[in-house]
Amino acid sequence: MGHYNYWIVIVLMMIGFYIVIAHGNLIKKIIGLGIFQTSVFILYISMANVDGGTAPIFAEGICQYSNPLPHVLILTAIVVGIATTALGLALTLRIKEAYGTIEEEEIQEKDNLDC
Amino acid sequence: MTAIAIVRLKDLFPLIMLSGIYSLLSSGFFVTMDAVDVAFTEAAVGAGISTLLLLVAITMTGRTEHPVRHKPILALVVVTITGGLLIYGTLDMPIFGSAQAPVHLHVAPRYINDSMQEVGVPNIVTSVLASYRGFDTFGEVVVIFTAGIGVLALLSVVPRPVTVAKINSLNHLLHEQHLILRIVSKTLLPFIMLFALYVQFHGDYGPGGGFQAGVIFAAAIILYTMLFGMITARRVINQSLIQVLAAIGVLLYGSIGVVSLLNGKNFLDYSILAGDPVAGQHLGILLIELGVGITVTSVMIIIFFNFAGRREYLQHLKKNNEGNNDTSC
Repeated sequence: MGHYNYWIVIVLMMIGFYIVIAHGNLIKKIIGLGIFQTSVFILYISMANVDGGTAPIFAEGICQYSNPLPHVLILTAIVVGIATTALGLALTLRIKEAYGTIEEEEIQEKDNLDC
Repeated sequence: MTAIAIVRLKDLFPLIMLSGIYSLLSSGFFVTMDAVDVAFTEAAVGAGISTLLLLVAITMTGRTEHPVRHKPILALVVVTITGGLLIYGTLDMPIFGSAQAPVHLHVAPRYINDSMQEVGVPNIVTSVLASYRGFDTFGEVVVIFTAGIGVLALLSVVPRPVTVAKINSLNHLLHEQHLILRIVSKTLLPFIMLFALYVQFHGDYGPGGGFQAGVIFAAAIILYTMLFGMITARRVINQSLIQVLAAIGVLLYGSIGVVSLLNGKNFLDYSILAGDPVAGQHLGILLIELGVGITVTSVMIIIFFNFAGRREYLQHLKKNNEGNNDTSC
């Protein structure tokens, strides 16, 4: 059972991936990407964990800390993630204005009609 | 789990609420995994700002999802195959929580054992973020700044000039509704901002830092905007000033690097900034965290203002169109 954390990560990743490829709604796709993203965060944080370790802040009488490097990477990744999500939403809004819909198939139909 | 419910729901509003809950749950998970800094960020960003942005977005795009017409079976097959391969891959991974895993043997011991002497900051995450991997963090800040510019380019509209009389009448109108909400949040706002500043400057000693503080500060301003309306908020917060501030944050970060470069050290090597290397590191970390905080706050505010401004603009267009139709009939 030593790997169950990683399995949960993979299940979450599968859910996110499924939303991204199987659903047509662009907002829902963005939420799916968010789940996918979080699963990667959880993977990194799980790897950083050490048995009996504590949060990586120096304190008296503690010698086992969890690995700070993945924490740093994920910390910045979260904030970058929200910035890119916002960019994605902005694009979605412009698509809505241009096509009147955010469903992938309807957008394709309109594109085909134009050709 | 919440994620499964997200797949099934067609209505986007509860969906977004669920994704907020999901973020909060995962930040709880990060706390149990001893990643307090990360949990802090996830709670502020995932459960706060991203939920808000999604909500503003669905007010403009409509909230129901159309049923998919093609069969999802192909997607399911692809996903299962990918997942199966990945699970097969995990069998080679070291046991969860093992201290002997390769991850913990490469650079991490140096950070844990030497950072107190070299950087002198108790929070190892901060010292790695701002000092050892300062260049990476600089890149991240530039990415955030670029995303802000992108949103600005995609959504910005010139706000219509509003007369003072109109603002006053609007304020009067708004005072009638949500009275309790307004008073409670007005009392809370200074404390939220104070907390953001504490997180900003206490990042060396406890969990926190520029990224979290920036998001919390922006959340305070967004709360104000939501309760008092865009027009009032625009008068309080100057848009162009915010845009300049976003650039100043990045420039502050970069110029610290250039200062150390000019003093004969490597880019972003702060030990030169003061007589004693450890004091120099302290000063450097404080300054670049400030740069990060300013940029993150301003970019978040820019993003929210542009989303909300776009919404206002669209409503205005709609109203005009309806007006035109009436005259033609």
